[in-house]
Amino acid sequence: MEKLGLSPPSLFNFKADNTMQKMKLVVVGNGMAGMRTVEELLKIAPDFYDITVFGDEPYPNYNRIMLSPVLANEQTIDDIILNTRAWYQDNNIKLYTSARINKIDRKNRIVYAENGFSAEYDRLLLATGSKPFMLPIPGINLEGVLGYRDIKDTNDMINAAKTHKHAVVIGAGLLGLEAANGLKIQGMDVTVVHKNAWLLDRQLDQTAGQMLQKNLEAKGLNFLLQKNTEQLIANSQGRVQAVRFKDGVEIPADLVVMAVGIRPNFSLAESAGIYCNKGIVVNDTMQTYDPRVYAVGECVSHRGISYGLVAPLFEMAKVCATHLANFGIGQYKGSVTSTKLKVTGIDLFSAGDFTGRDDSEEIVLHDAVGGVYKKLVIKDDKIIGSVLYGDTTDGSWYFQMLRDGKAIHEIRDHLMFGQDSLGNTGHQGQDKAAAMSNEMEVCGCNGVCKGTIIKAIQDKGLFTIDDVKKQTKAGSSCGSCVGLVEQILASTLGGGYAPPSTSKAVCGCTEKNHEEVRAEIRNNKYLNIPDAMRGMEWRTPNGCATCRPALNYYLLSTWPHEAVDDPQSRFINERVHANIQKDGTYSVIPRMYGGVTSPNQLRKIADVADKYAVPMVKVTGGQRIDLLGVKKEDLVDMWKDLDMPSGYAYAKGIRTVKTCVGSEFCRFGTQDSTQMGIDIEKAFDHMWAPHKVKFAVSGCPRNCAESGIKDVGIIGVDSGWEIYVGGNGGIKTEVAQFLCKVKSHDEVLEYSGAFIQIYREEARYLDRTVHWIARVGLDYVKQRVVEDAEGRKAAYERLLYALQGAVNPWAERVENRDKHKEFETITV
Amino acid sequence: MGGWVKIAAIDDIPRLGARVLRREEAEIGIFRLEDDRIFAINNACPHKGGPLSQGIVYGDKVACPLHSWKISLVDGKAEEPDMGETACFNTKVEDGYVYLEL
Ligand code: SRM
Ligand SMILES: Cc1cc2nc3c(=O)[nH]c(=O)nc-3n(C[C@H](O)[C@H](O)[C@H](O)COP(=O)(O)OP(=O)(O)OC[C@H]3O[C@@H](n4cnc5c(N)ncnc54)[C@H](O)[C@@H]3O)c2cc1C
Ligand code: SF4
Ligand code: FES
Repeated sequence: MEKLGLSPPSLFNFKADNTMQKMKLVVVGNGMAGMRTVEELLKIAPDFYDITVFGDEPYPNYNRIMLSPVLANEQTIDDIILNTRAWYQDNNIKLYTSARINKIDRKNRIVYAENGFSAEYDRLLLATGSKPFMLPIPGINLEGVLGYRDIKDTNDMINAAKTHKHAVVIGAGLLGLEAANGLKIQGMDVTVVHKNAWLLDRQLDQTAGQMLQKNLEAKGLNFLLQKNTEQLIANSQGRVQAVRFKDGVEIPADLVVMAVGIRPNFSLAESAGIYCNKGIVVNDTMQTYDPRVYAVGECVSHRGISYGLVAPLFEMAKVCATHLANFGIGQYKGSVTSTKLKVTGIDLFSAGDFTGRDDSEEIVLHDAVGGVYKKLVIKDDKIIGSVLYGDTTDGSWYFQMLRDGKAIHEIRDHLMFGQDSLGNTGHQGQDKAAAMSNEMEVCGCNGVCKGTIIKAIQDKGLFTIDDVKKQTKAGSSCGSCVGLVEQILASTLGGGYAPPSTSKAVCGCTEKNHEEVRAEIRNNKYLNIPDAMRGMEWRTPNGCATCRPALNYYLLSTWPHEAVDDPQSRFINERVHANIQKDGTYSVIPRMYGGVTSPNQLRKIADVADKYAVPMVKVTGGQRIDLLGVKKEDLVDMWKDLDMPSGYAYAKGIRTVKTCVGSEFCRFGTQDSTQMGIDIEKAFDHMWAPHKVKFAVSGCPRNCAESGIKDVGIIGVDSGWEIYVGGNGGIKTEVAQFLCKVKSHDEVLEYSGAFIQIYREEARYLDRTVHWIARVGLDYVKQRVVEDAEGRKAAYERLLYALQGAVNPWAERVENRDKHKEFETITV
Repeated sequence: MGGWVKIAAIDDIPRLGARVLRREEAEIGIFRLEDDRIFAINNACPHKGGPLSQGIVYGDKVACPLHSWKISLVDGKAEEPDMGETACFNTKVEDGYVYLEL
């Protein structure tokens, strides 16, 4: 133990020899919120503190949520340990278990434990959780009466079940019902007593509550509703033997579990003179009224609210860690929570304000026989609450819209029928997860099966999609299975799972999301990456492989001709203008405007393929020719010999403009689609974008160029051209949506150019047009491109301005070959 | 073991970038960090042999260009949860030239 005594006043401690000593962080409460904060802190500032943790339970940190599955014999205590003792050791954390802190000396900055240990701190984190609320009635201290909070309570219940018969659970909230279900599985006769008219009245409306009661009764539970408990009656050995109600009725009970609510555990803080009001009062940075003392978890009162679910606590933990690390960023602004009941075989979900108010509307679907009930509460075109019973497939989808405040009028007709009804052919995987066996493959890219994911969630204590991606790789490549992974996560974790909000930070290097970054680049006129990172207080000296390419694109698209392009922040393909292959060679795809070539071009390609012994010549899915397997040092010579423009087949930028033969030859053609395609490809050549952009032009509605699955699809009709946007033929096929119809060739260029320019200016990096439109809505796009004529013209002008003077990158490299040393290897 | 071999002028290696040294046995990636520290590691990713020299360099790591494993330039180890390691070589810079211990 550190020697006691006064610490120097500065936040950093200097030893006599002037070397810097680490600051000391002490954590009181070794539970879910406290340890999550420490984990977040270690992630961003691993060497900042000497950390000491005090916990009054005898165990290292475990997953409290999973006590219910332990009681229900679905898991063991060993399964639910989140941080083993070895973890504390590996991270140089001093852990004291069975050590309750009973005094904080704030003046001298020391905490004292009941068992005699003490520790000095520079910063203190309080994470003391909460306590079960015990009704103030006679008999509450009898043997056989408990709350349900920790491993000890759980073990006590399991043991009681071995020798006793009658269990009474007081309180039909989530905790009470999970306790009752577990005790039933342990073999007891269980009666749940509740003072209100239906179960889970804080989470469900009456209809859903009654459906739930029926299901639980079928599992063998008994219910006594609208009963007020008056007294617990003892037998001769001082153990509880019965429960008596205010109406005089008595029922047998040799185990009573109190589950009528929890109370934030703030007595320690209060005794130290830290301001409390039904909880430890914290500001949006999780700081208490004593600036050296932070608090997170169920023990706090934030903007007057104390939370009892882990999702908000984890958000607090993230914010708190950034402040403990002295980054001074991140604010916690409160959370909307959702709940699920962890009773196997019962699907129930609720979120937000599900009872509604006078000015809200409801959409309800009720199939009493099928056991399905869904209610959505809507106000001002947004979902504000939801109750789902029997089919919770879309719970996280609704919850996400609720948290994002997404306008729903466009999908209102389909809302009730779920995300799958929106033309989603099952790629998101909702409702598929449950039907899968553990051996079935979830992630096709990385070969990860369902069992592996579940095991990782349980063994490693994962709570977020990002964690699962990191640990298992599932969902980290093409992303098409993320919906399925999310389902597995949600069903494994129950209510502990909170779907991510879509407006998330660009990466771990910053708190800011894409929109904020774009806005700051515009408002502060950042012109290069170092300035932008400095100005926006990036946490890392030069970013990472995720944020640098995004920043580079945002700078270039916001300040064309002014911002400095940084080749080192571009992915190799864009840096060397060729696509890297699995063996480190490259592919070369020259442009063939509109898919049209000539004998002369073909001859050149053939000659080059011979000269450089190109291993494969292939016609691509995009109407041109690919030379695959080229060595990096041959690239420049090959481009020189080819003397054709780059096809940008490697770029987040304009790719192909596919065309069909059109009216010049085809007997059905109504418009010259080939020429239109050539003109578009030439007009927008060299354009960088948030992701790749593909066009297609067909000469008639037979649509041989497949315009229906392109970012911009154009279809010639007798009276002009139809323009479709947001199609995608890739990972998840999306049919393009009709934008408008125009008459002339020039209008096609102007409308599609304006559309692409607004996408370039507003979409997040790596969003294809379909993803961007899904977020902003087609109405918005129509408004900007179709209705606002002046805005459209201006956007089109901005695109043309950005493209002014752009050059073919291959020719540029050929001309300046000494400048691009990158293509030469060194030999010794 | 040979000794120190002169490789290239430091300015011929881009900051936050790399060059490739080709030898008979294998290729070595020579990396230059933002603060001009130079690291040399085997130009093959422990995952599937991706050419690390072609990746995006940040901090003291490089993200492999093929599947984005993050490899430390300091000790050649892959960032968790990936597991693997690639060989490292000693480097020094004298009078603006990079030397490699081979
Ligand atoms: C060469 C080509 C396959 C072929 O031999 O035909 C191809 C090859 C690759 N495609 Fe593709 N795609 C090719 C046409 C397509 C098409 C068809 C089309 O354009 O009509 C699609 C579906 C249409 C679409 O994009 O909407 C297509 C959808 C994808 C996707 C999924 C994109 C999505 O948003 O869902 C990827 C992955 C990505 O970009 O992240 C991808 C990624 C790739 C990459 C770049 C993978 C990679 O990162 O290395 C492949 C590079 C191979 C190489 O060495 O050049 N490729 N790819 C085609 C080149 C067309 C061209 O001339 O430029
Ligand atoms: C059976 C059960 C099921 C649950 N199911 C869900 C669910 O499905 N979804 C969900 O979101 N949430 C669920 N919860 C709630 C969730 O577990 C809590 O929200 C979460 O654990 C609170 O974290 P915390 O760190 O604030 O408190 P805790 O995890 O309780 O940690 C506080 C720790 O501090 C210790 N401590 C207190 N005072 C002192 C002191 N003076 N000195 C030293 N140590 C001290 C306590 O003993 C405790 O170990 C469930 C809870 C229970 C009990
Ligand atoms: S070319 Fe496209 S579809 Fe074929 S393997 Fe590569 S990425 Fe997959
Ligand atoms: S080869 Fe490097 S990540 Fe796959």
